[in-house]
Amino acid sequence: MSGKRTPFYNLHVSLNAKMADFVGFQMPIQYPTGITKEHEIVRTGVGVFDVSHMGEFEITGPDRNAFANRVTCNDVGALRDGQAQYSALLAENGTFIDDCLVYRFDDKIMMVVNAANIEKDWKLLVLKKAGINVRLRNISDDVALLAVQGPKSEELVQSLTKMNLSRIKYYHFETGKVGGVDCFISRTGYTGEDGFELYFRPADAEVMGNTLIGHGRGEPVGLGARDSLRLEAGYPLYGNDIDDTVNPYEAGLGWIVKLDKGAPFTGRTALEAVKRGDVKRKLVGFKVPEKGSIPRHGYDVYLKGTKVDTVRSGGFGPSVGGAIGTTYLPTHSVDPGTEIEIDCRGTKVKAEVVKMPFYKGGSVKKS
Amino acid sequence: MSNIPDELRYTEEHEYVRSESDGVVTIGITDYAQGELGDIVYVDLPDVGTEVAKMDVFGTIEAVKAVSELFSPLTGEVVDINTALDGNPSLINQHPYEDGWMIKLRVQNLATIEELMSATDYAQHIGE
Repeated sequence: MSGKRTPFYNLHVSLNAKMADFVGFQMPIQYPTGITKEHEIVRTGVGVFDVSHMGEFEITGPDRNAFANRVTCNDVGALRDGQAQYSALLAENGTFIDDCLVYRFDDKIMMVVNAANIEKDWKLLVLKKAGINVRLRNISDDVALLAVQGPKSEELVQSLTKMNLSRIKYYHFETGKVGGVDCFISRTGYTGEDGFELYFRPADAEVMGNTLIGHGRGEPVGLGARDSLRLEAGYPLYGNDIDDTVNPYEAGLGWIVKLDKGAPFTGRTALEAVKRGDVKRKLVGFKVPEKGSIPRHGYDVYLKGTKVDTVRSGGFGPSVGGAIGTTYLPTHSVDPGTEIEIDCRGTKVKAEVVKMPFYKGGSVKKS
Repeated sequence: MSNIPDELRYTEEHEYVRSESDGVVTIGITDYAQGELGDIVYVDLPDVGTEVAKMDVFGTIEAVKAVSELFSPLTGEVVDINTALDGNPSLINQHPYEDGWMIKLRVQNLATIEELMSATDYAQHIGE
């Protein structure tokens, strides 16, 4: 199998993970535990995900905050040191180039981007840098990243560090040691559960992996469960729910667009026009009431007999006990209860618009 | 290593065939196949009485990861289906050769069973 390896490759193999290519990386899709059980573990206990394939860019220099504010749509000025935010890189026409996390340190900005988009995002940053006093570094290969997720995350990580984790609020981070390894740790995640993301040097991956994963500690969880967890929690996935044909207002992500932040940012002019006019379609969640079929990414979606879109994300939600998905519908037909049909390999299957998130019982503490 | 019982016959599409008495065979998917598919969520099976030809699609398996079709290893008539799978499709993951069976087929031509792969051939087919 070809593809890049994360620093945890050997650990995955030793844990008998089912490895597969994911956007050019060899990643664990599941472990022998299985996707459903892994999903359940994150909802009730604590699971550990290798997400080292994600990309990281470091922005330093006197104009770092202003620069980050120009290339992303959320307001970096609203962040204090030690705080992070969900944001996006947009094209001039206001559509998504990528979604990202922006971490504000006292001496730098770090952006975390999707693995599939690292090259594209990096080119954009380099292009936008002209004339601005910042230094950019693509540190994607120099960062190992584990996500520890689940209601028992704090208990697990607290047992391995002197940092007071209860003080780290949602979307905040601190620098310190976990299991003796230098890292910084943020209370963030992609599962709907409480949890942390730990960034550290690849050279420390073996120690950190063995510290966090194992019997009585965190269960290893693969990308399969990561997808079902994030879908249930209503988090968008780039390439499915959002892409370069969709703007944030359509995707229900208007809250990350700060038109009035006092900095011109890529896509702003286009989005002002979008906001003045009508948003013609919106991302909705749907469920399939009847058992038997699972809507998958790419299946056609019909509203009153007319094809309106495709399934953006689709799958079985173990915690909601049924098949769920997302699609774009005309704004006049997005109310919960609206009936749609999905062409599941030749059979039209009824589905119903529901409010997202699909799973509301998560332990994530947003305040 | 997956479980490949010697006494069964196999197809390239990972179904197994067990000869019962009176010209009826039991069909399901192999241990290797259930392992590759992962957690199975739904199984769609034909009605009893359906006539299927060899290589016809007789059903569908929806696993968490992916959907896959079931191909009939032989030509015949469906005489029974495993209704327990309706409420508990994970039986296929747990006991593919026992409680996780799918359909019973009255085979048109019993000699065609011999054309299917042996356990040794199937092990080779999946690289074990």
